[in-house]
Amino acid sequence: MSIFFITLLLGGTALLSWPLGKTMTWAMSPPQQEKGFRFRLESVLQRLGGEMIVMEQSWQQYVLSLLLFNAVMFAVVFAVLALQQQLPLNPDAKGAIEPSLIFNTAASFITNTNLQHYAGEVTMSYFSQLFGLMWLQFVSAATGIAALAALARGLSGRTGLGNFYSDLLRATLLILLPLATAGATILVLGGLVMTLDGAAFATTLEGAGQTIARGPVAAMVAIKQLGTNGGGFFGANSTHPFENPTFLTNIVECMFIILVPMASVWMFGRLTGRLRHAAVVFLVMGALLAVKVGFANYLESAPTAAFKELPVAAAANLEGKELRFGTAAGPTWGVLTTATSNGSVNCMHDSLNPLTGLVALIGMWFNVTFGGVGVGMINMFLYIIVGVFISGMMVGRTPEYLGRKVETREMKFALLAILVHPLLILGGTALFAATSWGAATVHNPGFHGFSEILYEFSSAAANNGSGFEGLGDNTVPWNLATGIVMLLGRFLPIVLPLAIAGSLAAKKPVPATAGTLRTDTPLFGIVILGSVVFIGALLFLPVAVLGPIAEHLAAGG
Amino acid sequence: MNNAITEAGLFSQIAASVRIVLVTMTICCLLYPLLILGVGRLVTPRTAGGSLLRNDQGEIIGSEALAQGFTRPEYFWPRPSAVDYNASAAGGSNLSPTSPALRARAEEILARSAAGGKPLPADLVTASGSGLDPHITLQAASCQAQRVAAARGLEVGAVMELLAKHAVRPGRVFTPEPLVNVLLLNLDLDRVRPRR
Repeated sequence: MSIFFITLLLGGTALLSWPLGKTMTWAMSPPQQEKGFRFRLESVLQRLGGEMIVMEQSWQQYVLSLLLFNAVMFAVVFAVLALQQQLPLNPDAKGAIEPSLIFNTAASFITNTNLQHYAGEVTMSYFSQLFGLMWLQFVSAATGIAALAALARGLSGRTGLGNFYSDLLRATLLILLPLATAGATILVLGGLVMTLDGAAFATTLEGAGQTIARGPVAAMVAIKQLGTNGGGFFGANSTHPFENPTFLTNIVECMFIILVPMASVWMFGRLTGRLRHAAVVFLVMGALLAVKVGFANYLESAPTAAFKELPVAAAANLEGKELRFGTAAGPTWGVLTTATSNGSVNCMHDSLNPLTGLVALIGMWFNVTFGGVGVGMINMFLYIIVGVFISGMMVGRTPEYLGRKVETREMKFALLAILVHPLLILGGTALFAATSWGAATVHNPGFHGFSEILYEFSSAAANNGSGFEGLGDNTVPWNLATGIVMLLGRFLPIVLPLAIAGSLAAKKPVPATAGTLRTDTPLFGIVILGSVVFIGALLFLPVAVLGPIAEHLAAGG
Repeated sequence: MNNAITEAGLFSQIAASVRIVLVTMTICCLLYPLLILGVGRLVTPRTAGGSLLRNDQGEIIGSEALAQGFTRPEYFWPRPSAVDYNASAAGGSNLSPTSPALRARAEEILARSAAGGKPLPADLVTASGSGLDPHITLQAASCQAQRVAAARGLEVGAVMELLAKHAVRPGRVFTPEPLVNVLLLNLDLDRVRPRR
């Protein structure tokens, strides 16, 4: 039954991603005709942005505008969070937030990570949630889509990559807003909470008091899921019955996780005019994802090891899971959310069986099995460049990608971008595991404590945002370290690929010959699958053995 | 070459950015949530407000969607909660499945739950992710029927009948195990036989 459930879920979303990919391509391209809705909208936007929004930008200008706007995003939300006690929409009188936590949270949400070192219902006012965090959930996701569109334009041979501001507005207003509106409507009808009233106070049947935190949940949850954001309204994220009340809302939220990342691949294919190439990439990502989902479900069906020989009925590991979603829901969501840099959870990852936790970690280490909206495909582009380079070396030809020669400069950038990721994860983990900054904050003893530190840095570097939440991570060292890791892990892998695209676009196209490695064949699929798996394994296998694998073996598994 | 990198270019970019911030905020943070609020208020006001339950005097006694603590023998007990059913700071135990602390918690629960020699259903010894899971399995409820019936002076059969009435399968074929909502069940129980 689980297999049937998973096939329906993944297959259904894959089917939906096809038309969405078409729509996203339409939305990110200039209007076809000088009339109609699109044309009028663009003229309104142009009046709004002035000259800055019309001009065609080189890759340097595009990157500059992207970074500039993201800096403005950071400043705006930093101010909103810092002033929340003075701002409206604060029925439960939330107080001031500690500065290092504000830094971490602002960095986390502009980078589309949504790592949360706070619990929403404890710390944030409704204004902070809506105008600070939810706003960034729109525009940070739009930044990712814009960057992918720019990359695709560069790879199709244009030296102008488009205009960042116009791309950002198109992605926000024409892609994310309609999706979120439809999504939030479905979710609120499915039973999610959506109110501006403050907490309710109940007296329970046994006479105890229960304070019931509420808020404008449905609106935030829709864009949190659709924009690979993952930052929940509540600290408990989508395990919370107000954020994910039923079996059906769980399926809908789960599909939302992978919908836009999947559609991003099709958009890339259409914008570069290489739809068959995109199909090969899509299948490689899909195959890896399906294997991970299968493994996670198998591994999580094992009973909780701590109950060995206690009189507890045999069952799958239920610690940290909600009953209403069914047994396949937790591991399936766990894989999708870490494969896509979403980071929302419907079960607590700290309480996953050790090897299931490893599958989640692998998702963040690869970060390309669809990956974040827009940026997942950008990450895959880096592996593609490495793949064509290795293949080219094997047959002794100068490697080419989409009709342009890949040379030293491009390879340097690609390798740098790929190596940033393990450097941040392994360096950070080593530092924090060796010092009291990390070692004093772990919740579980032994190998699992090490996994908690490893997971936190993996999540920050991959811009994922989920956590082994037992970790006491709201400390100044954690807030600063993960904040910096998130910023580097976000912007270097956006800027460097755009630099590669700019550099490729400036080259003369080379005609395809019989010796050219074709990018739309199963063979090419195997090449990029190999690059992802082998590079990932070489970089991360040792640390996997130190954490989850050691824990599994020590538990007699 | 780059007029954007000149000082004047930078200034007009910042000005454009600020205007874009204001427009996207108005649309995404004001109009969009207002629309969804409207849908909630018009179509699903009960769940959108938190599925609150009230007694005959109109006082709030909890939420249908959230677990609340029960420790007395005459009530069915929910799953353990790592946050003691705190609905304003929800969360899980975050304990590893190999953790000795998890085993200690399970042993403690086993000691106070007389299951008549039979193994206890796993959901009664595991905390949920939110700590507010409103459900237990039908089996976990059945284990408690004897205790509840005795404490209320009811026939076990009558309690079992009530259980059957409350059994739901939220995912139909995909969730073969029937569940019961503990709070709704206990409310019904109070209606059948008010506690002494």
